[in-house]
Amino acid sequence: MTSPRDTNDLIEALALDAGPAPKVSPRLVAAAALGGLAAFVLVAAWLGFRPDIAEAPATRMFWMKAFYTALLGLAGFLCVERLSRPVGSPRGGLMLAGGVFLLLAAVGLFRFMHADPADRMPMLMGQSWRVCPRNIVALGLPILAATLLAVRSLAPTRLMLAGAAAGLFSGGVAATIYGLHCPEHTMAFVAVWYSLGIALVTTLGAVVGPWALRWR
Amino acid sequence: MGGVAADLEDHLRSLMVRGQAGDAGAWRELLSALSRQLRGYFGRRLDSAADVEDLVQEALMAIHRRRMTYDPGQPFTAWAHAVARYKLIDHWRRNRIRKHVPIDDVSDWLAADGVDAEQGAVRADLDRVLSVLPERQRMLVRDVKIEGLSLAEAGARMGVSEGAAKVALHRAMKALTVGVQALGARKP
Repeated sequence: MTSPRDTNDLIEALALDAGPAPKVSPRLVAAAALGGLAAFVLVAAWLGFRPDIAEAPATRMFWMKAFYTALLGLAGFLCVERLSRPVGSPRGGLMLAGGVFLLLAAVGLFRFMHADPADRMPMLMGQSWRVCPRNIVALGLPILAATLLAVRSLAPTRLMLAGAAAGLFSGGVAATIYGLHCPEHTMAFVAVWYSLGIALVTTLGAVVGPWALRWR
Repeated sequence: MGGVAADLEDHLRSLMVRGQAGDAGAWRELLSALSRQLRGYFGRRLDSAADVEDLVQEALMAIHRRRMTYDPGQPFTAWAHAVARYKLIDHWRRNRIRKHVPIDDVSDWLAADGVDAEQGAVRADLDRVLSVLPERQRMLVRDVKIEGLSLAEAGARMGVSEGAAKVALHRAMKALTVGVQALGARKP
């Protein structure tokens, strides 16, 4: 049976083990980088790079897409960095995610409404709407797994929310890497299908969070 | 919250910041102070002294291993309390304990052994209002509305699903409204 005297011994042992505490952010970033590397390998070995990968970086839309998904990933990072702690509000990250999404959705809708009616459906559905969200989820899996492990090593107390935040972070990173494969180039497509893929990874994080993030 | 609590907060916070930087002396002092607070906190909520001491040790180890999650920009008391509460809920969940325990809030954590008079009066009022409810409903309302547990957490404590807890809480709040009106009507 443990007694307060054992507890004093424990405190002595922990004091001996004292040292500069590691930082929260590098741990999360390292996990996402590791998972991101796996996602990159998946693109290279499985999906393949977009055929015009050499010229695409000269186009505005290539960067617009990357910027949008990276910003959502940043928003997820800000949320998960807060929710990996026992107390902390994800408000800043949530506002960024909401704002970025609404902005792109508004621009996408504007372009859609001003397009020739015959062009609208091709604009919205592109060539790859069937596989886009699914591929983003597939690329997001290794990133989500690594991120959840990192969050679990910290001290989340709202596990579903922390899982969702890890999902938003992972989904944003995965979608950014997916841009290396996907040649779609309309705002409407990105606003709907990329966002859906990221939302799915976020949902997955929320679903597995209460189980995967439980620490002892 | 009184001056004593604020002083304690400042003192523990500075120990925590020094501990995070690697100061072993400050860290030992902080863990000792926290072990006393944790013992009181868990002791008021658990029957078994052995369980209390186990949880104190678990919480101390968690505080040690996860000390980087304290952000010096935030109140230290809230951080330590959240870790203790997580450990307590985790304990309940693992052991499926369904019993009523007293209110759990930050001021209670700070109060350690002495409860100030004003808080006592508020608590007495609350107890009277909640007394119109049956035991399980009372526990649920306390957990969710006062203690701030999520429905999933409160449900886990009672051994029911989140959905069932939601329905039960809805019923309890309805019963409470009716009950409090009746209580008021009886007053002279």
